[in-house]
Amino acid sequence: MIAADAKPKLPRGVRLTHNEAQGGWVLLAPERVFKAEGPAHEIIKRCTGEATVSEIVDDLAKTFNAPRERIMIDVSNMLAGLVEKRLMEV
Amino acid sequence: MDATPQRAPRPLGLLAELTHRCPLGCPYCSNPLALETRADELDTATWARVFKEAAALGVLQVHLSGGEPGARRDLVEITNAAHHAGLYTNLITSAIGITSETLGKLSDAGLDHVQISIQDNEAASADRIAGYKGAYARKQALAAEVTRLGIPLTINAVMHRANIDHVEDMVELALRLGAKRVEIAHVQYYGWALKNRAQLMPTRTQVERAAEVVERLRKQHHGQIVIDAVVPDYYARFPKACVGGWGRRSLNVTPSGKVLPCHAAETIPDLEFWNVREHSLPDIWDNAPAFRAFRGTDWMQEPCRSCPKATEDFGGCRCQAFALTGDARATDPVCHFSPRHALVAELAEARADLEYEYRR
Repeated sequence: MIAADAKPKLPRGVRLTHNEAQGGWVLLAPERVFKAEGPAHEIIKRCTGEATVSEIVDDLAKTFNAPRERIMIDVSNMLAGLVEKRLMEV
Repeated sequence: MDATPQRAPRPLGLLAELTHRCPLGCPYCSNPLALETRADELDTATWARVFKEAAALGVLQVHLSGGEPGARRDLVEITNAAHHAGLYTNLITSAIGITSETLGKLSDAGLDHVQISIQDNEAASADRIAGYKGAYARKQALAAEVTRLGIPLTINAVMHRANIDHVEDMVELALRLGAKRVEIAHVQYYGWALKNRAQLMPTRTQVERAAEVVERLRKQHHGQIVIDAVVPDYYARFPKACVGGWGRRSLNVTPSGKVLPCHAAETIPDLEFWNVREHSLPDIWDNAPAFRAFRGTDWMQEPCRSCPKATEDFGGCRCQAFALTGDARATDPVCHFSPRHALVAELAEARADLEYEYRR
């Protein structure tokens, strides 16, 4: 599980990029490409290494007027998945 | 008469062969036998333009390669241009020709990832394969610099008869060097590798043993290092989906600006290649005759034409089909459905302990 006070950030060599011809936001790593549209993009772009998971969840809940508990689950799951793929550092 | 062509798929990757100059002489090099000259190389500004056009076309990742990209004095400017075009930048290097100082500048210019080749797990053999004394030591030193700077490192290990039995030691070496990925890149027989096929081809037993070792190592090192493997297709039953399909996922730009669907495409006769000096990259991708020649599935003959795997492996490799059968439209004979499949086993048996013909 990802701690609420963890400060997630993209490791060196992982980039969040927008490419029009490829249809939007993508997450790039050595020899790997992942689509990062919609909710994925909203979460990843907030992972600056400065904001805590708690602060990211608060911001998303406010911005999208959505229940905090639901967002916390979604954010935790997404971050855990990215950490497992070595696409995020906490 | 051509049917109205559907819009071509968008490529993901660009192989930028910045130069064919290289201090090493690896006998498995995929560059063509007729190496392009320094005088014909594209300048910095043209590469910068190509990178912008590539990004607009949909390319996400550029592989800065060659020959040895470190041989270009403008490598930092080129990397900077690729970065500013929005491309993810991968440096594909032998390490010979990249100083610590240059690496620092490349890092500052936005380089995302470095791939260093290793030829074997110890110096004498590694340097003999590379045809360059001191290569092994320099690769280790640069790998240490890369990891010190925090840039992700991939070790590329080209596997063939002389080193395939050392695959475990080579993976251990990659781990010690701090790599998070290692590519077990079984030789593909094009260019110089095709010329040296008899010297490079492993036995079937060696290939099967290496595959078992790699599977064990994947489990053992899960979470520490990713082990990617390229199939040694002379021993396969089905062909590889070469370059992800002709004119589908990637494109190569040679040092002189010729745009190829793959690095061996010039071996196929009667293909017309366009150059970035005369055409934009998107124009070449969509319209160059060489790109249209085998895009999609309309060009296929039987058995590929009605094969359920047609859109999975595209009948294998056109260049290999031409090299082995004389017909670029034929099923890649690696495929056991090819009427010429028996030929591949014969060629694999034709091993000989001759001297390498080094890439010069």
